[in-house]
Amino acid sequence: MRMSGAEILIECLKREGVKHIFGYPGGVVLNIFDLLYDNEDLQVILTRHEQGAVHAADGYARSTGRPGVALVTSGPGATNTVTGVATAYMDSVPLIVLTGQVSTGLIGNDAFQEADIVGITRPCTKHNYLVKDVKDLARTLREAFYIATTGRPGPVLIDLPKDVTSDKTTFKWPEHVSLRSYNPTYEGNKWMIKQAARTIHKAKKAVIIAGGGVVLSNASKELRELAEYARLPVTMTLMGLGDIPGTHELSLGMLGMHGTYYANKAIQESDLLVAVGIRFDDRVTGRVKDFAPHAKIIHIDIDPTSIRKNVRVDIPIVGDAKRILKSLLSELKEEEDRAQWEPVRKAWLKQIGQWKKEHPLSYAYSDTVIKPQFVVEKLYELTKGNAIISTEVGQNQMWAAQFFKYDKPRTLLTSGGLGTMGYGFPAAMGAQLAHPGKTVIDIAGDGSIQMNIQELATCVLYKLPVKVAILNNQYLGMVRQWQELFFKERYSCSHLDTVPDFVKVAEGYGAVGLRAVKPSEVEPVIKAALKVKDRPVFMDFVVDWREKVFPMVPAGAAIDEMILGEEAEEKKTKKLRAVK
Amino acid sequence: MRHTISVLVENKFGVLSRVAGLFSGRGYNIESLSVDETIDPNISLMTIVTTGDDLIIEQITKQLNKLIDVIKVVDLTEVDHVEREMILVKIAPKQQDKAEALRLAEIFRGRVVDSSPKTYTFEITGDEKKIAAFVELIKPFGIKEFVRTGKIAIAREGVKKTR
Repeated sequence: MRMSGAEILIECLKREGVKHIFGYPGGVVLNIFDLLYDNEDLQVILTRHEQGAVHAADGYARSTGRPGVALVTSGPGATNTVTGVATAYMDSVPLIVLTGQVSTGLIGNDAFQEADIVGITRPCTKHNYLVKDVKDLARTLREAFYIATTGRPGPVLIDLPKDVTSDKTTFKWPEHVSLRSYNPTYEGNKWMIKQAARTIHKAKKAVIIAGGGVVLSNASKELRELAEYARLPVTMTLMGLGDIPGTHELSLGMLGMHGTYYANKAIQESDLLVAVGIRFDDRVTGRVKDFAPHAKIIHIDIDPTSIRKNVRVDIPIVGDAKRILKSLLSELKEEEDRAQWEPVRKAWLKQIGQWKKEHPLSYAYSDTVIKPQFVVEKLYELTKGNAIISTEVGQNQMWAAQFFKYDKPRTLLTSGGLGTMGYGFPAAMGAQLAHPGKTVIDIAGDGSIQMNIQELATCVLYKLPVKVAILNNQYLGMVRQWQELFFKERYSCSHLDTVPDFVKVAEGYGAVGLRAVKPSEVEPVIKAALKVKDRPVFMDFVVDWREKVFPMVPAGAAIDEMILGEEAEEKKTKKLRAVK
Repeated sequence: MRHTISVLVENKFGVLSRVAGLFSGRGYNIESLSVDETIDPNISLMTIVTTGDDLIIEQITKQLNKLIDVIKVVDLTEVDHVEREMILVKIAPKQQDKAEALRLAEIFRGRVVDSSPKTYTFEITGDEKKIAAFVELIKPFGIKEFVRTGKIAIAREGVKKTR
């Protein structure tokens, strides 16, 4: 059957199981949008900015595990997606980004709304395509979904010139995709897995570090079984929170720059790290030279480039985390002699328990001013942890990571790698669309929320009851924190001065706006917000602007060189006394 | 250490910029690069010369492999191999030096590919050392123009890894 490019595109999306497209129209994609006008299988979510569309597709993908799809026009439409694409790339999120392009005859002529988006996004996509002939379209789309969702997932961008969407050809659905140049490794090397089992068996102070790879591979069950069987404590990277429940006795919470005291301490004292699905980001390792100085490292990852990129590795295992963890557990069951190692593990866990007692995550509660951590705790308490949380970037992100206990993977959506302010709100919107009826909360700052605040309109339009908890401190809090600690309290450009009345902003868009200025108002506001089911809610929490995120490892320090909250406050009072 | 890496890629537009972008984006250096179609017109071969310690070279080969359009990566430095490059060099020797210049080219098994009343253009093929030696010797004659192809390399057959 002869079909136009636009028809082929829609048909392929349908066959790939796509139900929602986040998009924004424009001149060169009108052929496609025209077909979407009365299409009953595909719903287009009209966002208010292309960046919002891509982040929404990203939130949709992270919360479901299925690829998110965005469709935008050429030129500025395409360039507006770049931050979203780079965000997804850094965090390995499967996305299909369809950008319009000027007609093939005009490419290179600096035509109206022309941008070389394939060139621009080459370093921040897993792969990208410019389709020059409608005959290649079906195969390209099939390949794109295949590449985006297999191996280490990532965004794939397809640039569609206008004439390709109108040209006609005989449609043929490629049943199979195979690329001679792309064959991800899934099975781990058996010998290496055996070595790993032996090493774990011998270790006295082993720690598992679980990352986003465990989420992507749906391996949290396998991870938990391994940890429980071998009695290994588990710390998680920001991307890995939820890999095992935050309430689990073996959980050490997050490690790294704002990780828990006991997680960082355990890493530094350990004699073995079992790293699963992580890439040893600098926010995780601190000063690499002094990272886990006594430990052997077993590194499991599907991406060979992650291994030995930042830290030395003793036992590398390339492959799918789920399969490898499974075989590792059965190897361990053959190896392990429970009687022999149980007392050793017990002693190690006891030591960690001691550290937990010495320096738990904490903050100084106040009954006159709202502490941001208190808001996050209350959100956890009142949702009973049964919510999808997204975050913006900065202090709000770290408090959301520290004080909300994630019991399941895919419940925390956060821009870990790129650190994109403005990510959380549209991502929450995408997640809400994929999970109607579920509580979805964006934990935001007053700075970040303003980076994609326009998506309020989208949420109102599609009746998406996303809750936004704005920890409003009138500052770019994390910047302010660095300036206070490392820049002699010179607050250059971190005070926002003018922050809008978020309640009025919300109401202006037709959403619900609520505000809390006293700690006693926090709970009623959250309760009221959770009751709203048909539109978005802004909760404006006026919080203590002095509050900082602790523990904190200064940039370039080893991860056990932490500034702890109590100590920092003590120093401050001392200093003040001296001045007096 | 210097490495010669051979990269088989899909012969599609944009592949060269993917490879070049990988090097520039991650701060690696390309010392020389030569690309052309193989016997199979769907496949191109790139020969890249780069330098770095073991960790960097490991990352380079892994990152290259990660590119979707890259079919195969071989670090030829790890195996016994033959390397060649070619130069074209135009010199303008003094009248009395002409014979000497020709003799020099002959010693290096070079060919004269163009001559004019005032100039000779030599074509010399060889490995890096040979080329370097020739260039050193021909310099005093007055080099007017100089081009080189960049290295191409091939593994010797039936020889085991040297490392």
